Amino acid sequence: MKNLKMKKEFKVIADLLPNNIRVLDVGCGDGSLMNFLQKEKNIEVRGLELNKDNVQKCIHKGLPVIQGDAETELHQFPKQSFDYVVLSQTLQAFYEPDKVLKELLRIGKSVIVSIPNFGYWKVRTKLLFFGKMPVTKTLPNKWYNTPNLHMCTIKDLFNFCDEQSFQIKKVVGVNEDKTSLIKKSNLEIKNLFSKLGIFLIG
Amino acid sequence: MPSLAGLFFWMNSKLENIKKIKVSKPLKLDCGKTINNFPLAYETYGKLSSNKDNAILIFHALTGDQFVTGTNPITNKEGWWTTAVGPGKAIDTNKYFVICANVIGGCMGSLGPKNINQETNQPYGLDFPVITIRDIVRAQESLLDHLGINKLLCATGGSMGGMQVLQFCATFPKKTFSAIPIACSSSHSAQNIALNELARQAIMADPVWDNGKYLLKNVQPKNGLAVARMVGHISYLSEKGMQEKFGRKLQEKADYEFSFNADFQVESYLRHQGYTFVERFDANSILYITRAMDYFDLSKQFKGGLVEAFKNQSTKFLVMSFSSDWLYTTKDNKDIVIALNSSGADVSYSEIITDKGHDSFLLNEPEFLKTLKGFIESMHEKFKNEKRI
Repeated sequence: MKNLKMKKEFKVIADLLPNNIRVLDVGCGDGSLMNFLQKEKNIEVRGLELNKDNVQKCIHKGLPVIQGDAETELHQFPKQSFDYVVLSQTLQAFYEPDKVLKELLRIGKSVIVSIPNFGYWKVRTKLLFFGKMPVTKTLPNKWYNTPNLHMCTIKDLFNFCDEQSFQIKKVVGVNEDKTSLIKKSNLEIKNLFSKLGIFLIG
Repeated sequence: MPSLAGLFFWMNSKLENIKKIKVSKPLKLDCGKTINNFPLAYETYGKLSSNKDNAILIFHALTGDQFVTGTNPITNKEGWWTTAVGPGKAIDTNKYFVICANVIGGCMGSLGPKNINQETNQPYGLDFPVITIRDIVRAQESLLDHLGINKLLCATGGSMGGMQVLQFCATFPKKTFSAIPIACSSSHSAQNIALNELARQAIMADPVWDNGKYLLKNVQPKNGLAVARMVGHISYLSEKGMQEKFGRKLQEKADYEFSFNADFQVESYLRHQGYTFVERFDANSILYITRAMDYFDLSKQFKGGLVEAFKNQSTKFLVMSFSSDWLYTTKDNKDIVIALNSSGADVSYSEIITDKGHDSFLLNEPEFLKTLKGFIESMHEKFKNEKRI
């Protein structure tokens, strides 16, 4: 089930990407997305990953991966050296997500960022009715062991991009198998019903 | 125990029987001199596949030689990289054809300072030309021609072997499908040069050395050479690793002897390493090879810097470093990764967490060996596919 959902996110990201380009996957995990992009779209992929077990998994799959921390080591990638930079569900885990986002926009001509949406109705109701930090499938950790330092909603990131004058090219909301386009006009409602938000910025 | 001179004579007679090619193509060295018709000693393990997609070239480090695995026929000791190379190992000799050549300047059969200079009919000694890492690497090109290999599956090596990997890829960008430089750097730091200078000065301070002419008297400056080796051994271990291994433990005694004998285990270890080394290595070779390492500076060779050195690389790289290595640090290795990235090369990087220092690449470090194995396996699959197309 989890696998299927993951694949949906990757499918959306893959659909946003043209064929035969260069993509940097920041926080590439075990390389599932890179593998998918390489096989399905003939994309030249590179990964950056902190966890050494994941790094090893990528290497075993023959996927180029650099062990390192995106928070401190994005400087090693030259300006505009990738067509797209992908950051899947990691933005909220950085100490300074705003700086990381700026770095991604320096490295890539376009950036795809996905976030678990803290504005999703189940998240909201958990806090509202039970008075407890929400634990859901997309946010599986407890308050004390979550890696997520800066949770945000689709609306927050939308507004942030506006404030920073980052050009939002497309936003896709994902809820299980369903996807929908998010615009300023439907932002309130989509912010309530999307589990994930996928932003194409650049 | 045979005398040292006798031992050397015995080793030299054994050297007659090892695999060697005569490189007839003249090699113009970086110093300006040219060598030709010179011997290059090598060893191979495993079998070259019919479509030649499984050849791995290993470059050895400062005091290594071509006998990577199995029993070294000259010293009767285990090959220096038996932890990583052999049947069923990370570099599996049942699957891959492994090649390793003795570096020129060395003393295991390739042209070096102890060889006879045809012009004088005496051992070269200091008349041997000063060589560079590039010379060392270029000398090995003929071996690949001799073995009929146009493109390697992988070129790898640690320490000075890693430097040769980088040089090989920069000089021959199309000669290998993948490359694994391990625990190395793209140029020697002041500290690296200082440690090498200490080793050289130890040799030169030994009166037996006699300006490099000791071979005429059939002797070795063994005291100086042993000290040089001790310097090396200190730099191969981490502070923590050394403390854990030896601490202040005494060598088979209950208390201090109030003398300058090896009271401490660490002293005994260094003396042992030093004095067993002199049985198998030539002092002048240490001078020449350490010099080659000091002169190594890939950025200087390629005027635009390190990025320029790796321009237009299609080789797939895996760089690995060890967290407690202070000789070639993680930062040194990361600088290589950054340059490769900037040049757009296909590069992976992994830092192995260990207390064992620079020596780690020679030891049984499971995570390191697993990564090495996984990378080579995936590259083998890709290379086979490329060859099919």
